[in-house]
Amino acid sequence: METQALGWWGVPLAIAAGTLRGSAPFLFVSLGECLTEKSGKINLGLEGTLLTGAMSAYAIAYLTGSPWLGVIMAGVAGMMLGVIHGWLSQQPRVNDVAVGIAMIIFGSGIAFFLGKPFIQPSAPPLPALQFGTWSNLPQVQSALQISPLFLLGIAIAPLMQWFFRSTRWGLYIRAVGDSPDAAKAMGISIFKVRMLCIIAGSFLAGIGGAYLSLYYPGSWNERISGGQGLMAVALVIFARWRPMQCLYASLLFGGAQAIGPALQSVGVDSYYYLFNASPYILTLLIMIFTCSPKRTLNGAPGALGQ
Amino acid sequence: MINRHNWRSTVEAICIPLAALLFSLLLFGIFCALAGADPFGVYASIYRSAFGSWRAFQNTLLRAAPLMLSSLCTALPARLGLIIIGNEGAIVVGGLGAVAAGLTLSTAPPTVVQIAMAIAGIICGGLWIGAVGALRHYRGVNETISSLLLNYIAIALLNHLVGGPMRDPSSLNKPSSYPIAQINMLGDIPGTRVHYGLIYGLIACAIAYFLIQRTTFGFAARVAGGNIRAARIAGLPVGKLTMMICFLAGSSAGLAGMVEVAAVHGRANESLNANYGYSGILVAFIARHNPLAATLVAILLGGILASGGSLQRSHDLPDATVLVFQGLVFLVVLFSESLYGRFFKEGSGVRGRESAVTV
Repeated sequence: METQALGWWGVPLAIAAGTLRGSAPFLFVSLGECLTEKSGKINLGLEGTLLTGAMSAYAIAYLTGSPWLGVIMAGVAGMMLGVIHGWLSQQPRVNDVAVGIAMIIFGSGIAFFLGKPFIQPSAPPLPALQFGTWSNLPQVQSALQISPLFLLGIAIAPLMQWFFRSTRWGLYIRAVGDSPDAAKAMGISIFKVRMLCIIAGSFLAGIGGAYLSLYYPGSWNERISGGQGLMAVALVIFARWRPMQCLYASLLFGGAQAIGPALQSVGVDSYYYLFNASPYILTLLIMIFTCSPKRTLNGAPGALGQ
Repeated sequence: MINRHNWRSTVEAICIPLAALLFSLLLFGIFCALAGADPFGVYASIYRSAFGSWRAFQNTLLRAAPLMLSSLCTALPARLGLIIIGNEGAIVVGGLGAVAAGLTLSTAPPTVVQIAMAIAGIICGGLWIGAVGALRHYRGVNETISSLLLNYIAIALLNHLVGGPMRDPSSLNKPSSYPIAQINMLGDIPGTRVHYGLIYGLIACAIAYFLIQRTTFGFAARVAGGNIRAARIAGLPVGKLTMMICFLAGSSAGLAGMVEVAAVHGRANESLNANYGYSGILVAFIARHNPLAATLVAILLGGILASGGSLQRSHDLPDATVLVFQGLVFLVVLFSESLYGRFFKEGSGVRGRESAVTV
């Protein structure tokens, strides 16, 4: 609706606005997955974590009236799922990818089960910062509404990069992820490091869920995540396990996601569904072009998937 | 030829899944109690609405049919050490192919149309997952993730086709393709309300079992799944094996889509995307990727799915309860993998399959 006055110029603007709004869940989930994978485990179950986070954030915000309390509870709920994944995926002969699939089913089951009563009522949304007041165009103003949560995510990315590169704990995590034997020789508990990484990663993913239900799109229903948690896995590969690149990749994915709705708003809707699938198609193409059967990918933690 | 070693692993292979199922029942009971429902009442109504009467059991069998076919999509590649979870996408694409075949051939004799629909479903699903195998072999793309992405792409394709090019203008609220003529639909097995899809499922599982356990092709696949380097050194065509297994896997799920279209819905619409894919993954894992065991597990899980409605009606539990139950069963079954070989010191005949996942 709002782009109609601008005609076709509304399309790039709507995509930019969609990028600024829709990237945050990708960002949080991919940073969480990046942390998890750096320690040598894959958590495919972040889709369930995202849904559980979205549900608990919405429920807590509705019950207490405080959206920020909801955000924290979303992280805590994510951590609980992380504990299950972290413990189970480290049992002998248990495959972490399979546990991830199970956690998708379990996590979304829990979210739908507990979230049923919260589909109707409306919870207080997160506040937004207005960066567009310099412009007279209402479209630009609404496009530049940014959630502080997104800014927090943007701040976490360089912080995590620094953490991996320059801190003792970052070194421990990289050691565990690259060569568990060497880490063991250094006296690091592989189980503990991986457990903490998975729990912290799930915390971030839960917060990504809170962003979905409390900011954009800003309501709770069962189709709210639509595979964003799963794409995080591909996103981290695309980002070569570097937190800063996770940020850029998230922006790209958020933008891809906004193409379909942006075109629909100017009346191009014959390929609406196919454009909606563009983040998945993009991911697949990226993987086809960047993977190779001859070598493992640059930057991949050595113990990943073993 | 039962020796001590075999005997022990057989005991394990029977007792551990049973214990896992019992334990997940216990956990689910606790969950129900916490949610304020009487666990025993819940179990009783699950049993009643799944296996309690012939009528209820037919409902279960109806749901078991696509699960059997769908589970093969995960179970067959698992023999090669590949974790494929693109079942849902292959079902959708197979269903689309079947509808396209059914609509173009609508004037041919019914048997011809049905065979054409089955072949179209098989080919479409097969190519869909076959592409996953090809990407894995030629580009080293992780098969779990590519098949997962293809699920979403398939669903978008379905929405696009039934909302646009294939849309029947009379389907207002729920965009659908034109319907297949009633005469071309798969009928019911005489004397029951169960359609012929069940027979398709049973035959496909039997063929898959025979193929894996009794042929050189299956043997080669198992060798490659056990140790891919050894298989390469032994001169096995690993790439060809990967793609063929993936094609067969996809074609079973594609057949499931054809069954859903040709026996249940009669047209392609969003009902094709009914989560049989994800439940099929669960069936494959509980059955430990054994196609014969998959038939039994599919019936068991079909029963649980069939009971969803009655949980809603008589216990006031949301329909997601069944999803929680499935998740719990899946988690416990995965945990039980770590128990094999723990109880008998020497006998560790059945091993969890190490997968060759590289990202």
